[in-house]
Amino acid sequence: MLSAFFAVLRRDLLLAWRGRADVLVTLAFFVIVVCLFPFGVGAEANLLRTIAPGVLWVAALLACLLSLHRLFAQDHADGTLEQLLLSSEPAVLWVTAKVLAFWLTTGLPVVVVAPVLGMLLDLEQGAYPALVISLVLGTPILALLGAVGAALTLGLRGGGMLLALLVLPLFVPVLIFGAGAVEAELSGTGATAHLLLLGGGLAGALALAPWACVAALRVSTE
Amino acid sequence: MLEAHDLACLKGDRLLFRGLALRLQAGGLLRVAGPNGVGKTSLLRLVTGLALPEAGEVRWRSVGIRSDREALHRELLYLGHAPALNDLLTPLENLRFACAAAGDDVDEQSCVTALARIGLENQLDLPARVLSQGQRRRVGLARLFLSARRPLWVLDEPFTALDVAAVAELAATLSDHCDAGGMVMLTTHQDAPFTRVPDVLDVGAYAC
Repeated sequence: MLSAFFAVLRRDLLLAWRGRADVLVTLAFFVIVVCLFPFGVGAEANLLRTIAPGVLWVAALLACLLSLHRLFAQDHADGTLEQLLLSSEPAVLWVTAKVLAFWLTTGLPVVVVAPVLGMLLDLEQGAYPALVISLVLGTPILALLGAVGAALTLGLRGGGMLLALLVLPLFVPVLIFGAGAVEAELSGTGATAHLLLLGGGLAGALALAPWACVAALRVSTE
Repeated sequence: MLEAHDLACLKGDRLLFRGLALRLQAGGLLRVAGPNGVGKTSLLRLVTGLALPEAGEVRWRSVGIRSDREALHRELLYLGHAPALNDLLTPLENLRFACAAAGDDVDEQSCVTALARIGLENQLDLPARVLSQGQRRRVGLARLFLSARRPLWVLDEPFTALDVAAVAELAATLSDHCDAGGMVMLTTHQDAPFTRVPDVLDVGAYAC
């Protein structure tokens, strides 16, 4: 039952390792975007400390968006996607495996690097757990919602731009609760409510997005 | 077995063919013929369920494939125009993935044997991007040796880029599959040396 799931997961992780330059580009983009802010708004420590949660979250979101179009493009071009759609195993399983592999190779590195960049922006000590947990819960939602967008825009001319227009509005709630969690922790009200909402969002996305993604892939490959 | 009746196919805003009917029994070898652009590949995609017909219905074992796609996909092997190879993986990795993704439980040794049988024993560890067109085609075709339990084979131009010996070997494999009770539906412009005379379906006869 799970052979397609593990086959796709193993293969996508292997491909990410063989093409690790792509993963590093995403990570470098994340680092550079965050580093641009002190140049833009000035190196005033108080200001940077205030905007740090929002900056880190927006940069993480853009880094995720940057690599989303790659999720299905190669498999679509070389015919692997057709073969996967003809699999006798449920398509939601291997779609979930693809999104999981995508998150492990783009979301997880961002989560790992974010605290380091937090230090750069002089984020307060107490906010780091909230930052990491909000990213761990939030970036998979971005990957799941983005996968639906990537499936819908597959094979279209200018698909990358269209993908951004489609999914960025959907990313807004994740951004609000993600950055909000860190700010709530800093203001002393506690991040629990925000994190619970993010967790609920993740559960919802996990339950619905793979189905939508499969339907979109079937339409796009027809 | 595999039946279709009154099929119509719309590509963009152009009707490619209509009123097409076909029937493929156990042991049948069906060659889809017709000039370029007449809709041969589109017909194969309709039969596999990858695309939906504008009108008509495809039935597998008397059940419409729209209502039970999985029943067809469990017993179908489709090799399309693109060989479904990833350039960063070796032929062996590609073949093992193709089998596992399709839901077949195939061990590594069987994959090595299949690749050796199709003439790629020296290319097992090379990335697919250094293979020639014919060799890439062969990696895809190696799945035929591992898919004997899937009765219906639908092949889009399987002979393209193959050398004479490989064409003969492939034709023999397809004939053997039919003799064992399987079904083969393929498109080709070549006269392959089948041991039996294939039925011919001329899509051009239904063109609009």
